[in-house]
Amino acid sequence: MRRKGKNGALLLVYTLVIFVLASVLFFTYALKREAALVLKDAPEIIVQRSQTGRFHPIPVAWGESIGKINGVISVRPRLWGYQYDSVFQANYTLSVPAENAPPTGSIDIGSGIAKIRDASPDDIIAFTGHDGFPRSFTIREILSDESQLLTSDLILLSEEDYRDFSGLPADQAIDLALRVRNPREYATIAEKITRLHPDTRPILRSEILRTYDALFGWRSGLLIVIFSAAALAFVIFAWDKATGLSAEERKEIGILKAIGWETSDILMMKFWEGSVVSLTAFLAGIILAYAHVFLTSSPLFAPVLKGWSTLYPAFRLTPFLDFGQISALFFLTVVPYTVTTIVPSWRAAIIDPDSVMR
Amino acid sequence: MGVTGLMKLRRSTIYLGMTSGLMLTLAGLLLHASGQRRAAEPGFARKAALVRQVELTDLCLFTEASYTRNPSMTDLSTPFQDSPLSLDHFPSGGLIGPPTHLTRNQRD
Repeated sequence: MRRKGKNGALLLVYTLVIFVLASVLFFTYALKREAALVLKDAPEIIVQRSQTGRFHPIPVAWGESIGKINGVISVRPRLWGYQYDSVFQANYTLSVPAENAPPTGSIDIGSGIAKIRDASPDDIIAFTGHDGFPRSFTIREILSDESQLLTSDLILLSEEDYRDFSGLPADQAIDLALRVRNPREYATIAEKITRLHPDTRPILRSEILRTYDALFGWRSGLLIVIFSAAALAFVIFAWDKATGLSAEERKEIGILKAIGWETSDILMMKFWEGSVVSLTAFLAGIILAYAHVFLTSSPLFAPVLKGWSTLYPAFRLTPFLDFGQISALFFLTVVPYTVTTIVPSWRAAIIDPDSVMR
Repeated sequence: MGVTGLMKLRRSTIYLGMTSGLMLTLAGLLLHASGQRRAAEPGFARKAALVRQVELTDLCLFTEASYTRNPSMTDLSTPFQDSPLSLDHFPSGGLIGPPTHLTRNQRD
């Protein structure tokens, strides 16, 4: 290949663009698949109460009337909330589990909390309660590292401790979790609930899963910036190629024609030249993106995802690959680039070699 | 093959060798991916059981603000929590797509 410097720089930038795009596609798809797989067992319907448009605790007694709706297997008041740790400036999530709750005075904590508080099982840990007084808990268990993407900031405690800590009265819950047998009844049950209690908002499991589908969707702010930048880079590539060849390149084509090359031979050569750059960049970009997302913990995305969080889960995604996306990336990058290299060469190749060389 | 031998190789041969190498690496990564997915299955089952046990609704991705921790549970007016001009200022707001209820009917 000629013009090593120019083509080398082009290859580098091209690889980088593919790397960024493929990393985003790999990361978002794997995360969405992971969310769908682990959240498939989330409660079928969550019933929230809102007052003047704001989220509000719900009376536990409402569970009885909702439990009588046909198709509802069980209603359980969910007790959860947030706790801001002003010492470590981190937000924790409190929750009372449905099964295997720790005994009163004990808690289970996520590995993210254990890491920033340097805590281990049987240690005593204190948090400031709703009344400003600290409550001490013994750590029963550190939740597994494997589940960090779900539990990194979680504090699991007993109902008694939760109510004492948060000050939530015994007849109130944060929301209600419903188990429903037949998925086709979700919408009907949700309608019945809003008719029974007009100030409630039922959230279906399908809506929870859809939330994660919309997460990192192409319409989300940052991704649209990345995709626009990549699109712009390709427009510049294409522009550079389509606006014609340098005098040197035109002369080269003229010489090739003068020594007997056919127009088709020249087009074939230019096609291969374009393919060499684009295919190499594509393969290298995809391989680097795979290594970035699945062999490490996506270090380039971590600062973006961390945002202002102090507590952030360290996770490595399972490599779910969407071949449709990879082939779309191929057809949106390699094919247009190769085509744009051929068109100006064809224009140069059909001119009389004598006038090109002059 | 020494350095002189490599110099004698045609450039097209070097390119084809390199491309074949890249393709083989990619094939290896695809095999790696399928192995990893198989190995992760019991882990997913354990995580799904944990979701059921704790009745979780969200992934722990953004802990910077309470309303970003559980995106599926936030109220309908979250981006304008305190007043219509109180624009979302947490970075994760730029990663989460528009809520589905804004783009389609809620339960269609």
